[in-house]
Amino acid sequence: MVTKNRSVYRAVLLILVLICSMVVPVMAAEPIRIGAFVSATGPASFLGDPELKTLEMYVEKINAQGGVIGRPLRLIHYDDGGNANEARNFANRLLRSDRVDLIIGGSTTGTTMAAVPLVERAGRPMISMAGALVITEPVRPWVFKTPQSDRMAAERVLADMQSRGITGIGLISGTDGFGRSGREQTLAVAADFGIQVLADQTYGPQDTDMTAQLTRIRNTPGVEAVFNFGFGQGPAIVTRNYAHLGIELPFYQSHGVASDRFLDLAGSAAEGVRLPASALLVPDALPDDDPQKQVVQDYKAAYEARWNMPVSTFGGYAYDALMLAVAAIEAAGTSEPKAVRDALEQIQGHVGVTGTFNMSPDDHNGLAPESFRLLEVRDGQWVLVD
Amino acid sequence: MFAEFLQYLFSGVTIGATYAMVALGFTLVYNASHVINFAQGEFLMIGGMATVSLLAMGVPLPLAIAMAVALAAVLGVALHKLAIAPARKADVITLIIITIGASIFLRGLAQIIWGKEFHAMPSFSATESVNVMGAVMYTQSLWVLAVAGVLVLLLALFFTRTLMGKAILATSMNPGAARLMGIRTQFVLMLAFMLAAVLGAMAGIMVAPITLTAYDIGIMLGLKGFVAAAIGGMGSGVGAVVGGLLLGIAEAMTAGYISSDYKDAVAFLLILVILFFMPRGLFGARVAERV
Repeated sequence: MVTKNRSVYRAVLLILVLICSMVVPVMAAEPIRIGAFVSATGPASFLGDPELKTLEMYVEKINAQGGVIGRPLRLIHYDDGGNANEARNFANRLLRSDRVDLIIGGSTTGTTMAAVPLVERAGRPMISMAGALVITEPVRPWVFKTPQSDRMAAERVLADMQSRGITGIGLISGTDGFGRSGREQTLAVAADFGIQVLADQTYGPQDTDMTAQLTRIRNTPGVEAVFNFGFGQGPAIVTRNYAHLGIELPFYQSHGVASDRFLDLAGSAAEGVRLPASALLVPDALPDDDPQKQVVQDYKAAYEARWNMPVSTFGGYAYDALMLAVAAIEAAGTSEPKAVRDALEQIQGHVGVTGTFNMSPDDHNGLAPESFRLLEVRDGQWVLVD
Repeated sequence: MFAEFLQYLFSGVTIGATYAMVALGFTLVYNASHVINFAQGEFLMIGGMATVSLLAMGVPLPLAIAMAVALAAVLGVALHKLAIAPARKADVITLIIITIGASIFLRGLAQIIWGKEFHAMPSFSATESVNVMGAVMYTQSLWVLAVAGVLVLLLALFFTRTLMGKAILATSMNPGAARLMGIRTQFVLMLAFMLAAVLGAMAGIMVAPITLTAYDIGIMLGLKGFVAAAIGGMGSGVGAVVGGLLLGIAEAMTAGYISSDYKDAVAFLLILVILFFMPRGLFGARVAERV
């Protein structure tokens, strides 16, 4: 019995050695270990799935071109399923047993914030792909993020309303984390644009009919436009209800629904809806002198060729996170965490898919509200308004 | 003012009609076995998702509906044969837990086959909404209400007028005695699961144009449908419809007149109050509990 066990053990060992020898490329240099925890399954999989695909694809690409500072990249990734507890466990594993040089993740604000105390203590840079402002404000030394914050989305929408001479709006938001945070940011900055939020309604993320809330907004005197902050299918249903009720006021959505899927779900009801979105949604409509045009077109083409599915804004966040990491490691000339962190903070004019990043010690996001493009739906297509 | 009230009412009826359709599915299996089939929501999802994907393949709507319903019927039989029948000696609680397991399995399968995105289905009528005295209503809600009405009628006739329906009721009341009377109780149970699956799939198809559909739509709709069935009285077709409409209208009225933040709270308060005073629901059978 003992000998049998031992032989099994030997066989397993042999297989392991064989696998390792196949995986480790011929390059003798020590790989740079990049850890990632994303929500590839579960309710936030629409974020994590394209993010992981993007990371895998570009790590392969970079390694095929000889790696970074002469060293290959090694991606170690875990799927937290959108669960903050799991995210914390995986971040811990990445830091302690996988000994990564840098972390990319998480996909949601919840999973990111669960890992923040760990990376702060361990002193390893982390680049998050989640939206909320709390991740980078107040600034934490080791935490960076690539998407614009929800405050910027609110500012972009409110600025457009202001330019149309709108002074009173109705707000309708989801009760999930994204919607709640968006609602708070909108309420906080509305006054800066001379806009009053006259009606403030909410809906559950799983609700199937929002006509009651919209009827209330419509019947509130002084409302000149409606702004829906939410993601998932909720905003699509709100949009359908909006058209169904025949409300004629200008209608705004948030960047939470900036994908072609929204057009499929909302159908003809989406006509005239305006929203702030990544340039990735309209790569061909960008003017030729736009610095992002090339980056965005290349990413879209590469992703769609490799995975045979439409590109998503969220994958773009992962692209930017990886490219920022690569740029910082190249600038630092080493993968030593402190040097990489300092280099990340110094990044200026880095053109990504999401926008142009100008990091600084008090801004670990580095994007301006203008990185959002204002789009309008016309004839079932996104049209660049501003 | 009246138009506003009417709008809330219509909104409530739209939501309520979807809940009612789901609640109907629970009555069949419950009537046959006192098992609450928590996989009912999944049949709903399968009906909607299968129809959407068949439509995308270019199958005309009536045929797509028929095929989706047939698929659900096969799965209903399979659920009984593979999961419920092997545990026939188990008590009701065990069977309920089995249905929960089945629902998780079906949801996972759907996620692999159809992906995780939401899908839209066109409404059955060309005009999407009608205007009644200043308020608008989805034509699809009318479809849902009409089909729910027809199904209630058919179910009532089935349970009171046909031998098979009476056999199902007999099995639920006393399986041992029913078997002695020559009723093949396992066959009756299989039939109940098949019909419940068909009913669920029908509901899923009817409501998909309103709610959109995705692999996990069955969780929320299944739960709300169960609540509606409990309010109306488990096992009663009329109760399911009344319970669903009551729940939907309560939600819409709260969202409209009080605050959208409280609409779920009011719905649950409604359940507590009704079940406190009428533990068997509004239309539940008034039978004395055997101790």
